[in-house]
Amino acid sequence: MPKVAMVEALSLAMGSELRADKDMVIMGEDVGINGGVFRATSGLQEEFGDLRVIDTPLAETMICGMAVGMAAQGMRPVIEAQFMGFVYAMVDHMISHAGRMRHRTRGRLSCPMVLRMPFGGGIHAPEHHSESTEAMFAHMPGIRVVIPSSPSRAYGLLLASIRDPDPVVFLEPKRIYRWGKEEVEDDGEELPLDVCFLLRDGTDVTLVSWGAMIKETLEAADKLAEQGISAEVIDVATISPLDMDTIIESVEKTGRCVIIAEAARHCGVAAEIAANLADRGIYNLLAPVKRVTGYDTVIPLYRMEMKYLPSVERILNTVKKVFAVS
Amino acid sequence: MSATVASFSVEYHQFLDRDGRLIGDDIPELAKDFEKLISIYKLMVQTRTFDFKAIALQRTGKLGTYASCLGHEAAQISIGSAMREEDCFAPMYRDYGTQLYRGVTMTEILLYWGGDERGSDYSGPRHDFAWCVPIATQCLHAAGAAMVYKLRDEKRVAVTVVGDGGSSKGDVLEAINAASAYDLPLVIVIMNNQWAISVPRSKQNRAKTLAQKGLGAGLHSAQVDGNDYIASHLVMEEAIERARNGEGASVIEMITYRLTDHTTADDASRYRENAEVEEAWKSEPIARLRKYLESEGQWDDKKQSKLEKEVAEVIDVAVKEYLNTPSPGIASMFDYMYAELPHDLQAQKEFALKEAE
Repeated sequence: MPKVAMVEALSLAMGSELRADKDMVIMGEDVGINGGVFRATSGLQEEFGDLRVIDTPLAETMICGMAVGMAAQGMRPVIEAQFMGFVYAMVDHMISHAGRMRHRTRGRLSCPMVLRMPFGGGIHAPEHHSESTEAMFAHMPGIRVVIPSSPSRAYGLLLASIRDPDPVVFLEPKRIYRWGKEEVEDDGEELPLDVCFLLRDGTDVTLVSWGAMIKETLEAADKLAEQGISAEVIDVATISPLDMDTIIESVEKTGRCVIIAEAARHCGVAAEIAANLADRGIYNLLAPVKRVTGYDTVIPLYRMEMKYLPSVERILNTVKKVFAVS
Repeated sequence: MSATVASFSVEYHQFLDRDGRLIGDDIPELAKDFEKLISIYKLMVQTRTFDFKAIALQRTGKLGTYASCLGHEAAQISIGSAMREEDCFAPMYRDYGTQLYRGVTMTEILLYWGGDERGSDYSGPRHDFAWCVPIATQCLHAAGAAMVYKLRDEKRVAVTVVGDGGSSKGDVLEAINAASAYDLPLVIVIMNNQWAISVPRSKQNRAKTLAQKGLGAGLHSAQVDGNDYIASHLVMEEAIERARNGEGASVIEMITYRLTDHTTADDASRYRENAEVEEAWKSEPIARLRKYLESEGQWDDKKQSKLEKEVAEVIDVAVKEYLNTPSPGIASMFDYMYAELPHDLQAQKEFALKEAE
């Protein structure tokens, strides 16, 4: 089996479900013949036609508003925002309608749609192309927020997201779109949307992360192993709903937790995880819970962006501080 | 050199003048279909009587903030009567005339404004969208519905309503553009009732009509006297059947007037002159249709009294049903958020239920 990158795994998942479910359609800017600006929908229009893989006028609000209407009338639209920095024109329809349709109508109408988008920095892109505002979506009731960090998880999580009866925001860490190739069997098997993934067993410290920062987190775990520190690594993967049980179980074992995220710190998902640890895991903690995050600034243009994003070194320095007090 | 590469016009349609007299030479068949006109007239009276009752309930603390439909009865009911059941309606928040025609109940309307989500679980067409408060967003939901019917090759039409104020929002223009790009079976009604809370039509923009927003994307666009049921129904029927037959989407501007406050939380005397409202009452739709039916020997005071008694009775039943509806209960806050309640919400639900004990 050939190894594929995450972006190819996403394409496999969408092709698989387009084949299996005649109600699924893909809509977005440049998703057709161009295959998306990152090629996530490459070849799909060729295979399924322009009534299943639909290029749209350049109007983000329209794409999302129409998807809400289409989902409520029984189709399964998978829409793409070209970059997370352009999703804000869609947010009204996500928070005001997608997340409320089922509740508002007592289940008479629902909104089984997926809003996909590349997110995160580190690819030397122009302004508005490096956003990590996942906390904004995680704060919205009625919406699941899913973030894969490997090709196989991207495949299984996207399939589950498309099949889910409720709206899903699916955030694709574009910095690792082509990193960490894996063999991915195109077998239509989905992954659960409510559990964390344990990427590495460890006994001394729990490193919790998601998205592209999984790359630096795993590298940090390797470095820690060289120093004789055994780090457990958890990929949160579904930030809403958040599987705190897995994280707390790990911290019960290690007694230490560092959360790594490239988003801004204030009111971020890392803060939510830390608050839950304070609530439910404090008697197992040997040291304060620490966060390694982006700063509460605008993510800088690319000359400085790697200074904004957490590095392996920043993770190691933070872990060092945790061990300094315990 | 310069040359005209495109030119446009917007037609205005009216059959009944404000005194209920037929105008023009072409008398449509509908004007002589008295059975139909009387049933429409009855629903108009019911809609208005219900509206007054809802305001009275709000004033006596038995209903939350309520958005009146006073003055919109002909326009709204004409939309309902031009649609088929399988068509899809995406309303704004005061479209009761259309909805009553389509089978939404008065009890459901009261439940919604009485703070109960069960009001949006319509017994009417189950595929219709719920009341939409974020202005103009419903236009894109209707475009999405129309896209589904188009992709599935179903002969169904999506119809949506937005106000003159709402027509200034991008959602409307994006829906119009989508309807053009995908040739959708969609009809967008701009319900021009002259006021967006306190902002008059003249402050939305300086265009002569709002219908012409459709022309920018190449859509069929027309303006109609929304207080003339006959004209409104015929214009809507034409637009809807065009859409059904694959002849494209339409933008229909209905000229009407909001005869009362924006909602019960508003006080229109702060921003508009009484004289303007008094003048608008002279064009209102119900008296106009009644005068026409009377002039044709189809209606009289006796029939009117009987109707008013019947209408009061059915409204009374609906109000009692609304007032006797028990609380939806705490679990209902959680039970409809997802098809299956996620574990974290399950814990919150259990907590909320325990707290309430």
